[in-house]
Amino acid sequence: MTEEKKAGEKRFKRIPMREQDPATRGRNFQEVPFGYSETEAIDEAKRCLQCKKPLCIEGCPVNVKIPEFIKLISDGKFAEAAVKIKETNALPAVCGRVCPQEEQCEARCILNKKGDSVSIGNLERFAADWEREKGEITFPELKKKNGKKVAVVGSGPAGLTCAGELVKEGFEVTIFEALHEAGGVLTYGIPEFRLPKSIVKKEICYLEKLGVKIEKNSVIGKTIHVDELLNEEGFHAVFIGSGAGLPSFMKIKGENLIGVYSANEYLTRSNLMKAYKDNASTPILKAKNVVTVGGGNVAMDSARTALRLGAEKSVIVYRRGESEMPARKAEIHHAKEEGIQFNLLCNPVEVLGDDNGFVKAVRCIRIELGEPDASGRRRPVPVQGSEFDIPCEAVIIAIGNSPNPLISMSTPDIKTTRKGTIEASEKDGRTSKKFVYAGGDIVTGAATVILAMGAGKTAARSIMEDLL
Amino acid sequence: MFKILKKEKLSNLVWRFRIDAPRIAGKRKAGQFIMLRPTDESERIPLTIANADALQGWIEIVFQVAGETTTVLAELEEGESILDLAGPLGKPTHIEKYGKCLCIGGGVGVAPLYPIICALKEAGNEVVSIIGARSRDLVILENDVKAHSDRVYITTDDGTLGRKGFVSDVFKDLTGNGEKFDMAIVIGPVIMMKVTTSLTVAAGIKTYASLNPIMIDGTGMCGGCRVTVGGETKFACVDGPEFDASVLDWNELVMRLGSYRTFENQARDKHVCRMKGTQV
Repeated sequence: MTEEKKAGEKRFKRIPMREQDPATRGRNFQEVPFGYSETEAIDEAKRCLQCKKPLCIEGCPVNVKIPEFIKLISDGKFAEAAVKIKETNALPAVCGRVCPQEEQCEARCILNKKGDSVSIGNLERFAADWEREKGEITFPELKKKNGKKVAVVGSGPAGLTCAGELVKEGFEVTIFEALHEAGGVLTYGIPEFRLPKSIVKKEICYLEKLGVKIEKNSVIGKTIHVDELLNEEGFHAVFIGSGAGLPSFMKIKGENLIGVYSANEYLTRSNLMKAYKDNASTPILKAKNVVTVGGGNVAMDSARTALRLGAEKSVIVYRRGESEMPARKAEIHHAKEEGIQFNLLCNPVEVLGDDNGFVKAVRCIRIELGEPDASGRRRPVPVQGSEFDIPCEAVIIAIGNSPNPLISMSTPDIKTTRKGTIEASEKDGRTSKKFVYAGGDIVTGAATVILAMGAGKTAARSIMEDLL
Repeated sequence: MFKILKKEKLSNLVWRFRIDAPRIAGKRKAGQFIMLRPTDESERIPLTIANADALQGWIEIVFQVAGETTTVLAELEEGESILDLAGPLGKPTHIEKYGKCLCIGGGVGVAPLYPIICALKEAGNEVVSIIGARSRDLVILENDVKAHSDRVYITTDDGTLGRKGFVSDVFKDLTGNGEKFDMAIVIGPVIMMKVTTSLTVAAGIKTYASLNPIMIDGTGMCGGCRVTVGGETKFACVDGPEFDASVLDWNELVMRLGSYRTFENQARDKHVCRMKGTQV
């Protein structure tokens, strides 16, 4: 083989990230991938063609300057690479881990035409981790204080991004968080093995060092109302990024039996309240057989958490086929490697319990796919008489959320949609109420971290336009 | 951090804390609750606000030492702080001029009942209160309740104070004498609420019960507090905590409250042993 050909092959093959062995990691809460070494990162960065018109940037909801930071990595300038990312993305270590790059930046990479795209996510993660671990965090220059105060509701990805953008521009920013810990879904939802909480804490700490204030235990709509923020507390604008909200249930018989959890509850117990630790005060049912209902990332997170909490059998039940699953391919792959069983094309019709009200099985019905529905996915049609039982002691319902009504109930002049989400323009994040903006899951319904971040950023731009 | 301004022992196992929380004090209405976490290692628990002063900026909570978290909470002293406290949560009690109201409280449930008694009285209602406990030293807020009610009946299971028997027995006496009520609110242990509300509902009285199911966040996010009301699933934290007792699925509520009983007993025993310096 000629040198040239070898180099060509290298160009089209991505450097894989080393991971914990599936059998081991299925029993611990440590992060699954180990991250790139410096050499691996440089080699991977060198695969980037440095396109003159980089399509990857267009694929990124917050327009990270991808070729520029990758070039810095390939030159061994890791700290500079991290700074470059942070120019447009306040949470690089988070995004490097949980963004669906395969649908965004990496999907647009020109290398896809002949082989693997550049591992943009892995490189982003590498740069952010390198900076954090080496302790050489640099701060961007902040603009002079402009005397304007902005309140941000919710400290999840949308709120954190909006706050980060505004504080850099000289705004005084206070985030109000309902829970006792900041981070929103990054803290209560996404498990430790996918996103270590120490990393989330450091990224939030970075924002606090930039000057963002965080008031925890503050439920906007209850402790303080939006109108009070504007009229009494001296805020010139309010951004609402309060998240997905109330968990949906299936409305089937037996759904309130002991051992049936919403994914929100199950993951909050484990992640936020640390119920996975032996000495935790918050209990969680450590069931041997667990059934998770749903096909998204949250379902994967729940089923994999159950395994780590000691389940011998962790089963996913999903009413469509694998190709229709909304979860990231990588998450489905990881789940399968760890031994999660997939029971596709079936749907629960009843949860069965024992005399004391504890779950003993889920009754499911087989599904056939019919004509495409409004979402473009083929409509699931139950096969009459095909019911079967899956024995289990815990059931986790991961079929989505509906918007939390606390803010809309207390601030009726913020228009909501029929579904209860806040009406805000996708283009600028403005709501029907002057100086109130919204973005993230409270506007779109449950979506991804990076889309919420994009919305936070968009709203921040509008706030600058309107207040400066 | 939320400073404990005053700590009072109301009975052997029941404490009253006055806590500095100006924002909550300014907002709270009768019937609402807070979520708290005494220390970084603790669970989040819901507790109904027992009293508040908006001007002075404090709220009061009354709790009975029952599990690990309440044990830890009771160990905090005046001047020390509760790490996390959020509220006021839930919907306030619907207060209006009903006419003659019956307020029934059992055990530590008298604490959340007290602000409702005050609010009903202030709205011009005639208030008849029945408060009960297992024994004399577990009867709380007797004087406070008396100060805001037109009439008060006290019961103890063992007869050490007031009438021997249950709060439901007093209700039977009253209706036996032909007394009529326009509205009833019942707060206490779930079995007491189930039994008592079945009687008031049967007597045709519009009856509310204030529930205290298992919760984590208290803002609607987890759905752990779901109860069935009129055949529909409701979240006690955002739709409640008060519900029409006549259409509530009491059996399901009793069942769900038992979700972690084994865990709770172990945790409490472990904590008590740690306090005594012995290992389980």
